[in-house]
Amino acid sequence: MSQEHDALHTRTLCELRQGLADGEFSATELTEALLARIAGAGEVLNAFITMTGEQALATAADADKAIANGDMKPLTGLPLVHKDLFCTRDVLTTCGSHILDTFVSPYDAAVVERLGAAGAVMLGKTNMDEFAMGSSTETSYFGAVKNPWDLSLSPGGSSGGSAAAVAARLVPAATGTDTGGSIRQPAALTGTTGIKPTYGRVSRYGMVAFASSLDQAGVITRSAEDAALLLGVMAGFDPRDSTSSEEPVPDYLAALSRPLKGLRIGIVREHFDEGLDADNEDLVRAAIAVLEQQGATTVEVSLPNLDLSVPTYYVVAPAECSSNMSRFDGVRFGHRADNPVDLMDLYCRTRSEGFGTEVKRRIMTGTYVLSAGYYDAYYLQAQKVRQLISQDFKAAFEQVDVIAGPTTPTPAFALGDKMDDPITMYLNDIYTIGANLAGLPGISVPCGLVGGLPVGLQLVGPHFAEETLLACAHQYQQLTDWHRIVPGDFA
Amino acid sequence: MSLSKDQVKDIATLARLTIAADEMDDVVDKLSRIVDFVDQLQAAPTDGVVPMAHPLNTCQRLRPDTVTESNERERIQANASAVQDGLYLVPKVLD
Repeated sequence: MSQEHDALHTRTLCELRQGLADGEFSATELTEALLARIAGAGEVLNAFITMTGEQALATAADADKAIANGDMKPLTGLPLVHKDLFCTRDVLTTCGSHILDTFVSPYDAAVVERLGAAGAVMLGKTNMDEFAMGSSTETSYFGAVKNPWDLSLSPGGSSGGSAAAVAARLVPAATGTDTGGSIRQPAALTGTTGIKPTYGRVSRYGMVAFASSLDQAGVITRSAEDAALLLGVMAGFDPRDSTSSEEPVPDYLAALSRPLKGLRIGIVREHFDEGLDADNEDLVRAAIAVLEQQGATTVEVSLPNLDLSVPTYYVVAPAECSSNMSRFDGVRFGHRADNPVDLMDLYCRTRSEGFGTEVKRRIMTGTYVLSAGYYDAYYLQAQKVRQLISQDFKAAFEQVDVIAGPTTPTPAFALGDKMDDPITMYLNDIYTIGANLAGLPGISVPCGLVGGLPVGLQLVGPHFAEETLLACAHQYQQLTDWHRIVPGDFA
Repeated sequence: MSLSKDQVKDIATLARLTIAADEMDDVVDKLSRIVDFVDQLQAAPTDGVVPMAHPLNTCQRLRPDTVTESNERERIQANASAVQDGLYLVPKVLD
């Protein structure tokens, strides 16, 4: 490979697509360059669970043939990685858990299928909190992921492997899933762009379920433009997901240049009440000012039940988790305890050996809130409060087109820092959880550095307002350089 | 502690989990903290509020009950620890 190709890892998907179309480099060269970078500079991050280099090179060779034949699809030859929660046919899908550490899916997730059919080259599968239950990627059976900005810090989670890989310029894009902030929070803490679409926008078929009424697939990229490119491929109706939306998929790339003049941006009073780092607040307010310079106006709005969103989530999500996790019984797939004396022993030992501490904690929390005598007080009450939270957003969106605020209360925290106190860890998702409870789309974009560490601006819109979010994010990125700053060790 | 050791043992049994003796105190402590934390929901005024079961407040779509997948039993059972003649093996249930 010639000298000028050395910097392929620094380019965005859209830039790489142009380079491939122009014949500047081949898909094989690109794939080889990134695989080498992952094996070299990337090793220290523990961002990956499985690499699929051989398969990637075969796909890249096909891409090169397609390009030579003038048959380029939207993502032909473009490299990406999948969170290890998306089922991949013939490739391990572990969900970061011991209980699935030998599981080979018999089919591809819809997201994997669609991106693959559009020509994307999968390089591997990324590390994550076990079953996506965590906000720091420390609950993985395969060990914690490190933040490329400072290896002693967490990259956030649960899509921490995806975020770290994109931030460190190992790959231009990665898929993720977001149940309470698991795309947006790690994106904020690693200086990347992360979008969680509207519930139902992207098919959940082949996503290992955590909390089915909250889970949604999205992407972590280095620009809003790349997020638009990928979302356009991933989104759309899928009969195999019973909650998949039939809403037509707009042209997200075309929406990027939609003018912001007259756009009404909601500033949520409660976001700035307490708990938000002062420097983080200054950067978020400065980012909003950039949007105002483009002709947007700001309106103060209120989400009065914001402080109830975390406790609501920690009833609803564990309840659904306890139900979804019941499928792991040592019979059909996954880890199985040795020499069980009876069926009960098989179930109990398989699950106790196979699940980590946080997953067991959530299963038991969920079992408790659903159990006889507690159901009304906890689960039903949480579903009612969820309705109130959703109504708060609805009322806000009668006044504004989009809500802008912080993604997280602080920049990245130290590995090990919050592992002893689940509540402190849970509260890290205070600004992101509401969008999941109400099924709304949200995006986080880098908006500055606090003490040398990235923080994010979060934009949340009404259902199916991804175009507005992407347009705001893209135009913000045309006027700022925060998304282009590379962590020092990976420049 | 909002939860007792016996309550936690009962929850674990319902969840088909066993808790090692040396982990019990920590599990009781952490679960109690979570229950205390979510207890703040009790004070929320929710009279007359319809519980939210779907994030878009719509109904789940139904489909005809017809076979849509091809038979991939061998591929699927390759993930199981114990199969015989196309059946999953479990410890003896009936005497």
